[in-house]
Amino acid sequence: MTAEVGANRAAMLEKLAELDAEHAKAVAGGGEKYVDRHHARGKLLPRERIELLVDPGSAFLELSPLAGWGSDFQVGASVVTGIGVVEGVECLITANDPTVKGGASNPWTVKKIFRASQIAEENGLPTISLVESAGADLPTQKEIFIPGGRLFRDLTRSSARKVPTVALVFGNSTAGGAYVPGMSDYTVMVEGQAKVFLGGPPLVKMATGEESDDESLGGASMHARVSGLADYLAADEYDAIRIGRRIIARLNWRKAVSRSEPVPPTFAGSFARSFARSFAEPDAEPEGLLDLVPTDLKEPFDPREVIVRICDGTGPGNMRPFDEFKPLYGPSLVTGWARIHGRPIGILANAQGVLFSEESQKATQFIQLANQIDVPLLFLHNTTGYMVGAEYEQGGIIKYGAQMINAVSNSSVPHLSVIMGASYGAGNYGMNGRAYDPRFLFTWPSAKSAVMGPAQLAGVMSIVARQAAEARGQDYDEKADAEMRAFVEASVEEQSLPFFLSGMLYDDGVIDPRDTRTVLAICLSVIENAPFTGARGYGVFRT
Amino acid sequence: MIKRLLVANRGEIARRVFATCRRLGIETVAVHSDADAGMPFVREADLAVRLAGDAPAETYLRGDLLVEAAQRSGADAVHPGYGFLSESADFARAVIGAGLTWVGPTPESIEDMGSKVRAKDLMRRAGVPVLDAPSQPTEADLPLLVKASAGGGGRGMRVVRSLDELTGSVTAAEAEARSAFGDGRVFLEPYVEHGRHVEVQVVGHPGGVLVLGERDCSVQRRHQKIVEEAPAPALPDATRTALHEAARAAAAAIDYRGAGTVEFLYDADSDRFYFLEMNTRLQVEHPVTELVHGVDLVELQLAVAEGRSPDPRTIGETYGHAVEARLYAEDPSTDWQPQSGTLTAMEVPGVDGEFDLLNRPGLRLDSGVQPGSTVSIHYDAMLAKVIAWAPTREQAVRRLAAALRGARLHGIVTNRDLLVEILEDPAFAAGGVGTAFLEEHPPSPAVPVGDHAIAAAIALAERDRASRTVQQGVPVAWRNVVSQPQRTEFEGDLAVEWYGGRDGYAVVGVTVVSASPTEVTLERDSVATTYAVSIAGSRVDVDAPGGHRALTTVPRFADPADAVASGSLLAPMPGTVVSVAVEKGDQVDAGQPVLVLEAMKMQHTVTAPHAGTVTQIDVRTGSQVAAGEILAVVEET
Repeated sequence: MTAEVGANRAAMLEKLAELDAEHAKAVAGGGEKYVDRHHARGKLLPRERIELLVDPGSAFLELSPLAGWGSDFQVGASVVTGIGVVEGVECLITANDPTVKGGASNPWTVKKIFRASQIAEENGLPTISLVESAGADLPTQKEIFIPGGRLFRDLTRSSARKVPTVALVFGNSTAGGAYVPGMSDYTVMVEGQAKVFLGGPPLVKMATGEESDDESLGGASMHARVSGLADYLAADEYDAIRIGRRIIARLNWRKAVSRSEPVPPTFAGSFARSFARSFAEPDAEPEGLLDLVPTDLKEPFDPREVIVRICDGTGPGNMRPFDEFKPLYGPSLVTGWARIHGRPIGILANAQGVLFSEESQKATQFIQLANQIDVPLLFLHNTTGYMVGAEYEQGGIIKYGAQMINAVSNSSVPHLSVIMGASYGAGNYGMNGRAYDPRFLFTWPSAKSAVMGPAQLAGVMSIVARQAAEARGQDYDEKADAEMRAFVEASVEEQSLPFFLSGMLYDDGVIDPRDTRTVLAICLSVIENAPFTGARGYGVFRT
Repeated sequence: MIKRLLVANRGEIARRVFATCRRLGIETVAVHSDADAGMPFVREADLAVRLAGDAPAETYLRGDLLVEAAQRSGADAVHPGYGFLSESADFARAVIGAGLTWVGPTPESIEDMGSKVRAKDLMRRAGVPVLDAPSQPTEADLPLLVKASAGGGGRGMRVVRSLDELTGSVTAAEAEARSAFGDGRVFLEPYVEHGRHVEVQVVGHPGGVLVLGERDCSVQRRHQKIVEEAPAPALPDATRTALHEAARAAAAAIDYRGAGTVEFLYDADSDRFYFLEMNTRLQVEHPVTELVHGVDLVELQLAVAEGRSPDPRTIGETYGHAVEARLYAEDPSTDWQPQSGTLTAMEVPGVDGEFDLLNRPGLRLDSGVQPGSTVSIHYDAMLAKVIAWAPTREQAVRRLAAALRGARLHGIVTNRDLLVEILEDPAFAAGGVGTAFLEEHPPSPAVPVGDHAIAAAIALAERDRASRTVQQGVPVAWRNVVSQPQRTEFEGDLAVEWYGGRDGYAVVGVTVVSASPTEVTLERDSVATTYAVSIAGSRVDVDAPGGHRALTTVPRFADPADAVASGSLLAPMPGTVVSVAVEKGDQVDAGQPVLVLEAMKMQHTVTAPHAGTVTQIDVRTGSQVAAGEILAVVEET
């Protein structure tokens, strides 16, 4: 191992340790005191509920675990969202964390749930809501109340698309929250715990003068026997989860894209080879991904080294792990075909950071090719943006960049994005950044994303300020300039880091590079729950 | 000459007799109950006749049906095996009366020896030592043993250690004997504390009595043998010769024809022996004699039945030592409760032959079951006999212990661990243990499961992985945000916590080297051990060089609808309800008997767990119940 590789690895491991620490904050929920109190009531934590809900030994891909990072709210935003397999069905699962302020929704909670329901919608996933929430965080209600209505709209629209929704109510689900069970296709309530009403006893007293209690207004037993809002009365939390699993088991769920499930190499020996497609593990060890990313993102790295570590290795039906397209043209962008867990994928990966006209044209053609054959696309970001300068402007870089963005925007095969390193400027758009709605977007701890690099941004601001001062005939305050540059550089640096961006819900999570293959494999399986075909038309390609 | 032989029996002994028949060119006929329809002995026979029903009383004990089956199938001879009607003079007469050859002694010999009281008289007259109790016992005569005259298998047998107990024990033994054998007669004999059970194999034939050495069958549980060997260890030569001569005299006294066993109680302290009884049939433990003496006892039985004396050239030379262990589906830790269920795996490593004399020392297996066989509640729970034959006793014991330890016996609880423990016990190794051996050396508590449970948990996870329908290649229990370990729970408050993910399984203290649904290799302290795992329903059997453990998984969820009302009385074992003491609505006290359940040779009284009212009673006398079935509900008052 060279010194440089060793330094890359050490830096990455340090960032991964920080990531673990941030995830641990989300897992800790409201802290030991509230967790203990919750357990003492015989209740389970949201992740304990999820662990029981998903199939034994199946994967759970938690989404937006760092939501709210850097805000005044608890990391994780008092809700857990993710994709799990229940009775063999890939489901979008949300679970309130009642140890964080009673599971009350804050603005980040709402954003996180919206993102989850967008994923459910785009990928056609049944939704299971594990409900126990005190309602809206009242001090921030102005940011929650009006947009929050979408949550209920999304549930019933899912139902209308023939994608079932299930609510398991473990505790409070009152006022607006009552519409989660209300809008779900199936509702299970835990006896003695679920509390579902529009107005509680004090509000009812104020409104009508009627004396009432929790149980008669919204108890599980009442809803199961009288109102009919509960379809099932669960004896306890375990029972609710058991019933939830039985409901999913009876959904007659069939994935929209039917293909014989690819089989991993462990089973390829015996029965698998005969009737299922098998795949091989990568030709190079994924562990090496930690060595690749330079500590200074100005240094490019070869994305082929990433591809060979995340895509299927050489094996039957996959004679080469990566068939590169147009290798000699526009070499700053690598394009080509590969497979992940037996599923075909087209890959666009930055090789030299900068995108020139050739790279843009190559990308445009490649995206159209993937759409022609209905193959999903994977974007591996490490770009500083489109080339600037008179030569390039005159060569029509905007035009070609626009072609690429046009193709990305109108492509209708599913897109997955992984921000490995830099993702700056319009390069972020061309490479299918968040605004271009990739089905999933994950970030490595080494990533940085902003309109431009912090130093460049500070420098640009300094030049502009200096020009303004000169125009006014004033002396330029060099000391203030240095302070300004330092401040801007520091704050842009901070705001371009993955935890911050993940906290803003600008990705679906920060992942360990060694998990990239697994995350993408789950995503590629998940997207097959909704039908997709390549685009037949694009916007006008300016020439 | 016998052309076609019907075996009026089942399981292992039927297969044993068929094996010899095949070698001799005799066609074979099996009879089978409905429960036994799928058993190997039925398939192996040339012809099979169904006996409708399951209970022995409807099937294997129905002499009339058996004779009819023989006639219907064109058999010209009947072999009774052991147990069932093998010592029924009436059945022998019925067979002979139907013009068929009876492979066994004459009905008269059976009757002579069938009554223990009469047999003792006969033996006393023939000069064979017998144990006699005084008609009016005093303190000096204690301890005494109450035995059923018609008994066998330990039923109706009671040890009396004080005169106060005597009357009660006799009454109880009479009741037990009456219900078990239809004959309530009992008798007393002195109880020899450290007695050994030594028996002599004889074959009476037209030319005289052939004595084929002795067997020591002292290791017994509930008066039933589980480990037997030939020759008897730690026996002075003079005594051995005297035993053989006494047995010869006993057989000669009644002009005995066929294979029989004369059983003696040997008191090592005084170096004296006493006649106990004579079994007028082939014994379960006959293979040890066969191996040591190089003789096929079934072949000799058939020869005698055909009116010939055994050909001396069918008898080999006497060599070495043989030890047999009886594998039972029973749980030594719960008072030997017989077990029923499906035997999902049965492999004994290193078997050199089945039902075979072996042409050189080795391992023999006599088994009535095969993988997939159902062990039902209706019959004896013996699965197989494993017999090791070696030049010396030490070698035979070592071979047998290794074979048992390495055997894969899955799906059902067996006495295997106990057998291994016996064979490895220093007292047993020294030779000459008495019939009280197991009472003095009770089975050790189960060894902690340790890494077996880890292996089971990992294999279960691999099974779940293999049965996935989506995301098949994704690592087991992968999480991008890890919050807690995976938990695999087993009955007995046993839980294994493990993590999955990118780097495979992680368990504290061990390294998972490799894993599949059937095999898991774990490394602990740099030593790797491979565990073979077999999963059938909730039961997980784990075999390793260190031994076998069976685990039962606890489901993640229990449907409350399946929950049992408190106060429910559950059947502790599969069996038949023999009596019901209460009716619905009755008030009962805590501990009051509610009903009696019988399984195999055991009666189990089910009592009220607390004082209350019987609110439900789902069974009546004669009901067949499965283990765990609700028998009655006593609501607490």
